[in-house]
Amino acid sequence: MTARRDFLKLLAASAAFGAAPSLAWANQPKGRVVIVGGGYAGAAAAKYLRMWGGNRLDIVLVEKSPAFISCPLSNLVLGGSKTIDELTFGFSGLDKYGIRRVQQEAVAIDPELHTVALSNEETLAYDRLIIAPGIDFIWEKLPMLESATAQQAVPHAWKAGEQTVNLRRQLEAMPDGGTFVMTVPKAPYRCPPGPYERASQVAFYFKQHKPRSKVIVLDENPEIVSKKGLFTRTWADMYPGLVDYRPNNALIEIDVATRNVKTEFETVKADVLNVIPPQRAGKLAQGLGMANIDRRWCEVDFLSYESRVVPGVHIIGDAVAAALPKSAHMATSQAKVCASAIVSLMAGEAPDPQPVFANTCYSFVSDTMAMHVANVYRFDASKQIMVSAEGGGVSDHPSEQEGNYAQWWARNIWSDVLN
Amino acid sequence: MAVLLWLACYTQAALADPHLRVLAASCAACHGTNGNSVGGTPVLAGLAPDYFITQMQAFRSGTLPSTVMHRHAKGLTEIEIHQLADYFAAQPRHSATLPPKVETP
Repeated sequence: MTARRDFLKLLAASAAFGAAPSLAWANQPKGRVVIVGGGYAGAAAAKYLRMWGGNRLDIVLVEKSPAFISCPLSNLVLGGSKTIDELTFGFSGLDKYGIRRVQQEAVAIDPELHTVALSNEETLAYDRLIIAPGIDFIWEKLPMLESATAQQAVPHAWKAGEQTVNLRRQLEAMPDGGTFVMTVPKAPYRCPPGPYERASQVAFYFKQHKPRSKVIVLDENPEIVSKKGLFTRTWADMYPGLVDYRPNNALIEIDVATRNVKTEFETVKADVLNVIPPQRAGKLAQGLGMANIDRRWCEVDFLSYESRVVPGVHIIGDAVAAALPKSAHMATSQAKVCASAIVSLMAGEAPDPQPVFANTCYSFVSDTMAMHVANVYRFDASKQIMVSAEGGGVSDHPSEQEGNYAQWWARNIWSDVLN
Repeated sequence: MAVLLWLACYTQAALADPHLRVLAASCAACHGTNGNSVGGTPVLAGLAPDYFITQMQAFRSGTLPSTVMHRHAKGLTEIEIHQLADYFAAQPRHSATLPPKVETP
């Protein structure tokens, strides 16, 4: 508390002279937090560490890409109502928070020395490390799709960017009367309602431009994973005869050249094929045994997001073991719990023992209509996980009003994590 | 001036207790950082606490129809609603914007 009061005094003093507080704090002891990964989780963690930690922290954000491309809303690129440019931002909005940005790939962690090795052979020392590595695809299960060439022919489009644009181009090039086939891996995967939103967006595009075409969804899951009733009704009401949903349909073989998909039950021929691969925690989290749940996801302490395997390393976002849906809003909430806990820990205080946060996730079923799933989550001390509070649930039906809110959700969360 | 305003914003946020600042920050996905929405949703920063409480209670009881707010209001305790009202009332208002695009070198 003393440190905080001193900080405020200094802030007031420096503000009075119009100087930045960092000058006044030059002689204060600092701790360094390195964050690897500049997606929703990593960027939010960097910004909120500064907001809550003041200038006592040295904050470094390591991200190999110069651009942030939003996965949320990227299915609208497939539907034709958004361009990928509209979903692309830079990281320079974080500069005003005094965050040092390093555009490199982090390749290894040394938890003994507290260092991260970068692809340019530099190392960064940390007091606390946050990794927000997102997801990695399990190509061992789909060896025929491992090469870049194969992924050109059969895009996953499950990391937004060039892959999304590729899939949109293939849909544009497909003649009317063609078949779009997409496969859905067994949950958990990034964005539970995402595959069904995608089917809706492609159906929306076909209905406008290629009405004799068809969407076939081959789902390894026994039923629609999220917003089931809503998607089922939406497809029947808005896209009758366009979406053919087939549950319990696990992928066995793909012929990339002919775009034939073989499942346990049938072989389906696609004109445009989109395989959403099975997923696990991002590469960096696979090291040091941190992905200890099913050898895919990372077990963390939900009060601080510190790894249960490697002390001093915190893991946030989609890489975390699936007690929570893998959504962007969830990633930012985890980032904020983590940032707040690190500020407390570095001040010698215990993290908040009862974190509470909300999640709102929208899915678009056309260019203008969306529907939500929304919940408040509370830490349950007996189960040691976040559990859904009373009152959560989904929309009664998709609407333009929710579509409008969903567009503003995106703009607000982009601003919240990057500006 | 912009720098001073920005400093004031994060000073306010740092003052809140850790439990409350995290809870309040989870509203940011729709209502912007510290309740400064870029648009489309109400600005919560600087809102009169009584108004915030009345609205949240109305969402919760259903007397004020909503799309998602009844879900969030029902998930919060009465105390949390009052704490959030005070938290957002204390946040300075400023205009929030979309992040900058990628800089070309």
